[in-house]
Amino acid sequence: MELWYTDKHTQNVQLTMKVKNQIASVESEYQRIDILDTVEFGKVLVLDGELMITQKDEFIYHEMITHVPMAVHPHVENVLVIGAGDGGTIRELTKYDTIKNIDMVEIDKSVTDMCLQYFEETSCKLSDSRVHMHFEESIRFARMKKDEYDLIIVDCADPYGPAEGLFTREFYGNCFKALHEDGILINQHESPYYSEHSRTVQKAHKHIQQVFPYSTVYQCHIPSYPSGHWLFGFASKKYDPIRDLHEEAWNRLGIKTKYYNTDLHKGSFYLPTYVKELLGMTGEIKNI
Amino acid sequence: MESNTRLTQNDTPIHRALEEQRLNRLAHFDVPGHKGGRGNKELKEFLGADCVKLDMNSMKPLDNLCHPVSVIKDAQMLAAEAFGADEAFFIVNGTTAAVQAMIMATTVAGDKIIMPRNVHRSAINALVVNGALPVYVNPGVNQRLGIPLGMSVKDVETAIHENPDAKAILVNNPTYYGICSDLKQIVDMAHDAGMLVLVDEAHGTHFYFSDTLPVSAMKAGADMSAVSMHKTGGSLTQSSILLTRNTVNADYIRQIINLTQTTSGSYLLLSSLDIARKNMSLNGKFYSSKMIEFASYAREEINKLGGYYAFGEELIDGDTVFDFDRTKLSVHTRDIGLAGIEVYDLLRDDYGIQIEFGDIGNILAIISGGDRNLEIERLISALSEIKRLHEREKSGMFDHEYINPKIVMGPQKAFFSKKLSLAIEESAGGICSEFVMCYPPGIPILAPGEMITQEIIHYIEYAKEKGCLVTGTQDMNVENINIVDTSA
Repeated sequence: MELWYTDKHTQNVQLTMKVKNQIASVESEYQRIDILDTVEFGKVLVLDGELMITQKDEFIYHEMITHVPMAVHPHVENVLVIGAGDGGTIRELTKYDTIKNIDMVEIDKSVTDMCLQYFEETSCKLSDSRVHMHFEESIRFARMKKDEYDLIIVDCADPYGPAEGLFTREFYGNCFKALHEDGILINQHESPYYSEHSRTVQKAHKHIQQVFPYSTVYQCHIPSYPSGHWLFGFASKKYDPIRDLHEEAWNRLGIKTKYYNTDLHKGSFYLPTYVKELLGMTGEIKNI
Repeated sequence: MESNTRLTQNDTPIHRALEEQRLNRLAHFDVPGHKGGRGNKELKEFLGADCVKLDMNSMKPLDNLCHPVSVIKDAQMLAAEAFGADEAFFIVNGTTAAVQAMIMATTVAGDKIIMPRNVHRSAINALVVNGALPVYVNPGVNQRLGIPLGMSVKDVETAIHENPDAKAILVNNPTYYGICSDLKQIVDMAHDAGMLVLVDEAHGTHFYFSDTLPVSAMKAGADMSAVSMHKTGGSLTQSSILLTRNTVNADYIRQIINLTQTTSGSYLLLSSLDIARKNMSLNGKFYSSKMIEFASYAREEINKLGGYYAFGEELIDGDTVFDFDRTKLSVHTRDIGLAGIEVYDLLRDDYGIQIEFGDIGNILAIISGGDRNLEIERLISALSEIKRLHEREKSGMFDHEYINPKIVMGPQKAFFSKKLSLAIEESAGGICSEFVMCYPPGIPILAPGEMITQEIIHYIEYAKEKGCLVTGTQDMNVENINIVDTSA
């Protein structure tokens, strides 16, 4: 008998992977959560049928969403992470001794519980004493904060489910308010390639631009995600992601990574022409 | 086999009959001419094949709205039962038609009807059509919020005393802002004086399905009520229900409704009333408590933001605010220096949030059984952002929504009289012969037969400047106004 799991990338494109066995499946208050063991990608986390992370390529996503801002902002002490129930982003952040506090706000506690039990590769640092987990509506959590964080990372699913509110202008505005005067906001920014998603990319970028004085996007390659071409948003009140990159200082930290390095850091901000056009960045990189 | 099985609130007779006809796959040589969408493919694609196929005309198995004898009759009977009324009439011309049927069924030309001035335009429209005369009771006004409230029992008593010949009293239950008069007391006084009580419950459908909300018209003993099922009851836009008790002649009311209602009642609307009635009957209690929970939470959070005032039960004073509909989320915005209409526009243009209305000093968000936590949080966050980015001094802002009018002529006489067109700013002292209102909420600033004053002109200009959609005049640009030509 063969078992296959299919992730629908668009209405007309899908990625199918062979499954060794289903490790766990629960129906939470918000969504159906599955963890499968696959032949090619190892363990994969699936929410409402959609692939979230795979054991094989999650490092790319989690390294790029954390080390880029960490190499720019010179003194990150207090971090707010939105979503990130699998713990991967937290794992990367805990590599920095300078960070004193990490607030993680995940709406669905069941995701974290499942990952703690079955996905220790990503959830291994959730027990770090600096990590404070809050299981509640993150748009509400962010709204209550003012001038508290150096860095906010929005590590969420696509905007067609519980994460819908995390792609809105009011949410980005709440993040702006929650950040210090030199704060940085990083957000999961979807893929620009398929037209089904490119409107989301465009709209999210427009909303962020209206809120933050400086904003751009950077890219990486994640094989299991739709089109493989993925974007993150970099929005800041003060720092430029290339001019303010502390290359030597970051390399001196000796943090072990598999994807991120400071050369790639710079390169990731140089975007294909069609992406620049999609985001209205014709000519040189806008703003920063 | 039992021939006459008793129907229950789980049944949906119109819905069932319609479904049966769809499965029968009739060859249609009747209207509508799109014939299940085959004659209009773009419409079929847009609305969906199932929806277009259900757009059928009256036929024997589907009954007839003008003369219900089978499935519509049964559905109306179930609705009457659900709302605690003796009769229910399905209306497909909007609650406007239900309000007008109430007034036209109880008054004729020259008859008096007592009503608060902050009625919906549909009530005064009925007076224009049938020539009855309004006796206005000025609503109370909350000075801080500037909004019109309910009628005080004492003022209603005076109106009854001074107009013993009045045929009926019309009451809003609640107003757009969620404010209720002492309906039970008004019903008792009116009935003692031999007057009927008509209730505009356009914003009170949910009252019938909760023990913790203000009293409903039928429960309070009123004779008729117009219930906007489509507003908070979950049916399709334009569908509504007129409820009556056996103190009025139901067959005469049906005739009155048929004077103006279409003879081609839409089965999409009718079946939506049927299904919505079942849904509210079975789940209304749950929805109502969810609505109260959402609205109370939002009020609390919005008030924490500072500047805004989301008002609630604390307004209750036992008189002009006898009760408050806690499912309404009304927010006073003037203290952050923004007109309600400005916040309304910002919410839509900058944040993609559409609310019910914004007026001079307030916004109103409708909460219903269809709401989710996510949208409530978005609304609160957007209000927080609007305050952070746009708060300003409130000097020079208009501070009230309502000006007591001076009535000099009956609405019908003024509307149909010989008229002069004047620039609005030069019209002070004239008798208005048309309506002027912001829409929504559709409560007239000026109605036919009312004196135009400088204060009213200032109000209209301010509303226009702030971006309110001012309507009602013949002049589509609302720069000129028709006044009664008193020289004629």
